[in-house]
Amino acid sequence: MLENKRIQTSPVELTKEDFVSDQMVKWCPGCGAHAILAAVENVFPRIGYRKENFTFISGIGCSSRFPYYVNTYGFHGIHGRANPIASGVKIANPDLSVWIATGDGDSMAIGGNHLIHIVRRNIDVNILLFNNQIYGLTKGQYSPTTPMGSVTKTSPQGTIEHPFITAGLIMGAQGTFFARATDNNVKLMSEVMYEAAKHDGTSVVEILQNCVIFADKAHGAITDREHREERQLFLKHGEPMIFGKNKDKGIVIRGTGLAVVKLGEDGITEKDLLVHDQYSKDPAIHRMLGRMMPPDFPVALGVIRSAPYATYDDLVEEQIEYAKANSKIQSVNDLLRSGDTWEI
Amino acid sequence: MAQKKNIVELEDVVVKFVGDSGDGMQLTGTLFSDAAAIAGNDLATFPDFPAEIRAPQNTIAGVSGFQVHLGQRKILTSGDMCDVLVAMNPASLRANLKWAKPGATLVVDSATFDDKGIEKAGYQTNPLEDGSLDGYNLIKAPISLLTQESLRQLEIDKRSAERTKNMFVLGILYFLFNRDLEVTLEFIEKKFKSKPLIKEANKAALKAGFNYGETIEAIKSTFRVGPAKMEKGLYRNITGNIATAWGLLAAAENSGRPLFLGSYPITPATEILMELSKHKSLGAKVFQAEDEIAGICSAIGASFAGSLAITTTSGPGFSLKSEAIGLAVITELPLVIVNVQRAGPSTGMPTKSEQSDLMQALFGRNGECPAIVMAASSPANCFYYAYEAAKLSLEHMTPVILLTDGYIGFGSELFKIPDTKNLPPITPPIATPNDPDFKPYRRDEKTLVRQWAHPGMEGLRHRIGGLEKTNIDGNVSTDPLNHQLMVNIRAEKVNRVADYIPLQELMGEDSGDLLVVGWGGTEGALVSAVNKMQEEGKKVSLAHFNHIMPLPKNTAEIFSHFKKIMVCELNMGQFVSYLRMTIPDYRYHQFNKVQGLPFHVQELTDAFNNLLEEK
Repeated sequence: MLENKRIQTSPVELTKEDFVSDQMVKWCPGCGAHAILAAVENVFPRIGYRKENFTFISGIGCSSRFPYYVNTYGFHGIHGRANPIASGVKIANPDLSVWIATGDGDSMAIGGNHLIHIVRRNIDVNILLFNNQIYGLTKGQYSPTTPMGSVTKTSPQGTIEHPFITAGLIMGAQGTFFARATDNNVKLMSEVMYEAAKHDGTSVVEILQNCVIFADKAHGAITDREHREERQLFLKHGEPMIFGKNKDKGIVIRGTGLAVVKLGEDGITEKDLLVHDQYSKDPAIHRMLGRMMPPDFPVALGVIRSAPYATYDDLVEEQIEYAKANSKIQSVNDLLRSGDTWEI
Repeated sequence: MAQKKNIVELEDVVVKFVGDSGDGMQLTGTLFSDAAAIAGNDLATFPDFPAEIRAPQNTIAGVSGFQVHLGQRKILTSGDMCDVLVAMNPASLRANLKWAKPGATLVVDSATFDDKGIEKAGYQTNPLEDGSLDGYNLIKAPISLLTQESLRQLEIDKRSAERTKNMFVLGILYFLFNRDLEVTLEFIEKKFKSKPLIKEANKAALKAGFNYGETIEAIKSTFRVGPAKMEKGLYRNITGNIATAWGLLAAAENSGRPLFLGSYPITPATEILMELSKHKSLGAKVFQAEDEIAGICSAIGASFAGSLAITTTSGPGFSLKSEAIGLAVITELPLVIVNVQRAGPSTGMPTKSEQSDLMQALFGRNGECPAIVMAASSPANCFYYAYEAAKLSLEHMTPVILLTDGYIGFGSELFKIPDTKNLPPITPPIATPNDPDFKPYRRDEKTLVRQWAHPGMEGLRHRIGGLEKTNIDGNVSTDPLNHQLMVNIRAEKVNRVADYIPLQELMGEDSGDLLVVGWGGTEGALVSAVNKMQEEGKKVSLAHFNHIMPLPKNTAEIFSHFKKIMVCELNMGQFVSYLRMTIPDYRYHQFNKVQGLPFHVQELTDAFNNLLEEK
């Protein structure tokens, strides 16, 4: 159970059933979103806040139907605007645990401006960014994360756009928390969601999600059974970065960048490997980890960055408390009578 | 030598201060107005400044002005033409002489009328010497030079000394109007507390200007404007934007709902955002968003969370907010959208006023998307209409669009300070925790208003959003008949607000030859013009609207008693089109203007007289 200075914990123990909605879930069979929903239902009782304090906000897209499928307070917004709507909810009531369900189109195309600003402000919300590299609900157009050259409904000759790397975008916007998980690993998703809830500030959880209809196996190079052990690096704070089927590979710093090394070769031992520090304020290594991609590197999963910075909503409350304690104006009647007035 | 001067008693007078953007004309005008108000005059002011912060010096583009209309009678507008024009450089004289009455008093800084200044203003010859101002009472004073001279005792640099010339000219004006310097000296004392030298310089310049007025022969007579008969009470001067901010704060306090403003800076609405950000001691949460859309969306989020949520903007920003207004309509959440209108389309003329966003407010959204639309009509009543907008929004669970405009937003008038305890109570329909019967779209039978349950409230978890919902249960639905039902309900809910707003008032007899119809910020000019017609014995009345959607219930009834109806607006005919659509039984004449300027009383009375003469 998480302790939070503002958010009340549940007086009773909660279970998954407390969060299961009575609505029919209408995602396609096999869609990665089902697993994300399972992870949320799984982790919310563990987080253990009072069930009425959880609030889900979304924009538009397949991801954004999420609030209807989980039994919390929920608000289904308009395209691209989940982040500002959620900002308003959290600032208005910092006692809430605010969660955002959004996608690569919703938050990185039409809502791109809002995403960088919520991250920059470090408002204490948790963003579940479903990255399926495609527009699903409008049936298969390329998105800002679609790999260059991909053939989609609006790129019959292949896309000619350089995609965003989500981690790079978030850290460029001075993000304080970034984690990544794959939709076929419910345990890992639950774990990083828990960490996201624990972090004070804007927590971005990128979920590499499969769209079975329009971009099937978009993340196959990372998630396929035959590759995944060689291509996934699970980060753990304080532990050396080791991966591979036989736990025989690691990450080191070489020159100005990262490099993959084999343990035992050229005298490399565990002691030579980079040790993960998720709490480091300096984002340099977090950025490099976030950008790692096959075939040269494994993909970094888990919490890449979780740096402590003041949150916007805390500072709002502080300023209000200070003003209330120090201002002569304690009511609107005081305000109306302040400054130059005269009796007639 | 000081000479005895005649004193001329004036019923009312319009004074306009004009100069270069950096000359301090806004402050000078404000100080002059405050002194008049404290002396008991009624007044209205209007600043007139360019969109550029500092346009090239001494050019027409850089002219900044401040007009004040004061009197010993009720003052309704900041005045059409001025009686006294204070011009600090050639460009400001050239740009504003057309607004001076024939024979007006011109106070001019003659030291700025050198070859360069004259040329920059676009004059061929020096207007102070070529006889072109013969029809005016010209007071030529080398103000810049005199200011320098009057500060010779102080060890002050030339530039700082130069900057006090606005106090010198204010001193002349105080002499001209037989005013006491005391109030302004006190102001200077406070403002420059930490800068003793600047403080002394300003005081010295003010006194020197006053003494100068006394000695020069060009001032043959001075003016006196006696105190106005006003209701007893505590007063202050207030602009429409500040009044709007305070009205919203009063609504938050009286409703017990914390105020949340999500907004983005835009002229001429920014003052509301700046003002509310000062009042954290009253619990106001102000979020300066990354854009207009984030402004309104954050407000919608705050409304869902139980705040009195507000977004403030002007025309272009209002366009950007359209989609989100629809979201607030379909989720049936309270939200106040203030649009301080300016001249459009597009960026248009940001600092100039217009009433051309009415159609956008009424209809500028996708789908059948009704919202309450209302308008304030004077700087001070922005307080009451902002309060009422919040009250209607909270009690009827609907967005309310409050239209003001740059003219009343920037303009000021005297405001009799109310006690907030005497304002009507505000009682939002907040749901009861653990109510087993709670449904997100269950409605009050009489008002059709749903209940408001906020995240955090026990036993009321629910979901709302932009997709069509079933009535009562609030589940997503594309059922054809349900959609028809919900569209009908949302429209009817807003129509029923007509039962909760005052009946339309009429100024004048309830029947006659001509009914003048207006709305919003033109009230002062229309009242003045209709007063004038009535004084001339003409059967003319005025219906000035503050409630537009829904219209007051007696609107058609009022229209039925007049031979002719003329709708006057600062647009090309938006309210008149709406009236033709909603109350098609009458023939509406129209009078329109889109010049970024308010109505002048004369052009209105001309239009009324012409219409009355038409067979």
